Amino acid sequence: MSVLTNYSDLFLSAFLTTIQLFLLSAVGSLVLGTVLAMLRVSPVPVLRAAATTYVTLLRNTPLTLVFFFFAFAYPLLKILELDPFMGAVTALTLYTSAFICEVVRSGINTVPVGQAEASRALGLTFGQMLANVVLPQAMRSVVPPLVSTLIALLKNTTVAAGFSVGEAGAISYRLSEEGANMLAGLSWVAVFFVVLVIPLTLVQRGLEKRWSVAR
Amino acid sequence: MSSVLFDVPGPKARVRHGIAAVVGIAAVVALLAYVGYRFYDSGQFEPRMWEWLQYETIQIQLLEKIGATLRAFALGAVLALLFGAVFAAGRLSEHAFWRAPSNVVVEFFRAIPLLIMMFLFYYGLPTVGIKMSPFAAVVLALMLYNGSVLAEIFRAGVKSLPRGQAEAAYALGMRKTQVMVLVLLPQALRAMLPTIISQLVVLLKDTALGFIITYEELLYYARYLGSQAQFGRPLVPLTIVVAGIYIAMCLLLTWLATYLEKRNRRNKRVIELENKDAENVVLANSATGV
Repeated sequence: MSVLTNYSDLFLSAFLTTIQLFLLSAVGSLVLGTVLAMLRVSPVPVLRAAATTYVTLLRNTPLTLVFFFFAFAYPLLKILELDPFMGAVTALTLYTSAFICEVVRSGINTVPVGQAEASRALGLTFGQMLANVVLPQAMRSVVPPLVSTLIALLKNTTVAAGFSVGEAGAISYRLSEEGANMLAGLSWVAVFFVVLVIPLTLVQRGLEKRWSVAR
Repeated sequence: MSSVLFDVPGPKARVRHGIAAVVGIAAVVALLAYVGYRFYDSGQFEPRMWEWLQYETIQIQLLEKIGATLRAFALGAVLALLFGAVFAAGRLSEHAFWRAPSNVVVEFFRAIPLLIMMFLFYYGLPTVGIKMSPFAAVVLALMLYNGSVLAEIFRAGVKSLPRGQAEAAYALGMRKTQVMVLVLLPQALRAMLPTIISQLVVLLKDTALGFIITYEELLYYARYLGSQAQFGRPLVPLTIVVAGIYIAMCLLLTWLATYLEKRNRRNKRVIELENKDAENVVLANSATGV
């Protein structure tokens, strides 16, 4: 307990950074992932191929390597200056969007063919059909796996600790510098993560029940 | 499946798709060209940056480090499968005495970030006098985390079998263990095999976290080599090569999964899973990896 009271500032600021990191990259990857999913089901083969390549590459690369690229290799390319925090957001967004894309795409698959056919018969364009008919239904069946992806993202933010972002994982470095009890400190970090994850799981179960489409 | 969403294009639509294709190609090419130009401009394509690939010692060391990654993967995978089997059995048990603790363990280890677990083993446990090598910390954390996920996969597989299977087995006079081992498990395992393998892909990718707690695997070696001034600090070429290696390893495993899935579909003994539970677990876990 003493670790927690002695370092309450550290814990507070670190978890705030974690939550910032999580929220920013969650929004980013939701947007990018949905766009990618739309590309993957589009009638234009080139766009499909581009999105598929992106997803295959990113899904099979360890997140640590994506971080590695943005922390060490990317600055050498001198494209756009990113501080470690923005680098972490970019890495998490790029990585997670590949998974979001897969989840949304499989959600689109669960929408019955008749829905798309009916909207075509009504004369909706492809974009209208996706935006007004298919995606709203797909999103519902997609909620549980989507929240799981976001939970994974929340846990993945810890990787940023290895690349000089002062978030929850980095607490251990400060504690070890100051010779505090590492076991107690890290156990607290673990407990807080469990506390952060549980509400998300509850939201997931609630939404699953409320939003499930009866077919 | 994509043909579901649109009709066979007519003349107007074909023109529209053609325009979209041209714009798409232009955008992708422009992006690639820009990145390529940045690479060129910052001197990443200079021969000096790639020279390190020609040294035999470096090639051998690279292979050794791939071996280190695969060692952590292999041991972690075997242990995780065992852990998963034990705790899945615990969660499926009819006795709350076994079920409750298994539930707690699985849910707990699934909620903690893998890296924090590695930190706990590597930096935390020495506080109470247990010293651990980075390798042991990596393998142990991989076992606990992926084992919990696998337990969930096994459980979902067994749960989603048609109830008639278990009922018929009981009707034949089998005991609980017999029903599980002889009837339910073989079918569940066969149906969930692709999912299990994709979880193993996740495990393979997770070994890269060992880099952060100084386990000397592939990424760690890339960092070391990238700081060598005599090769011109070839961090960008190294990232590309290492990414290629990881992607190749993961794709091989993924192909194994797709191959098994295809073979499954031909196999008449495989039962179509009934409810969507299994599917949801599959989807949910496809992303839990780091």
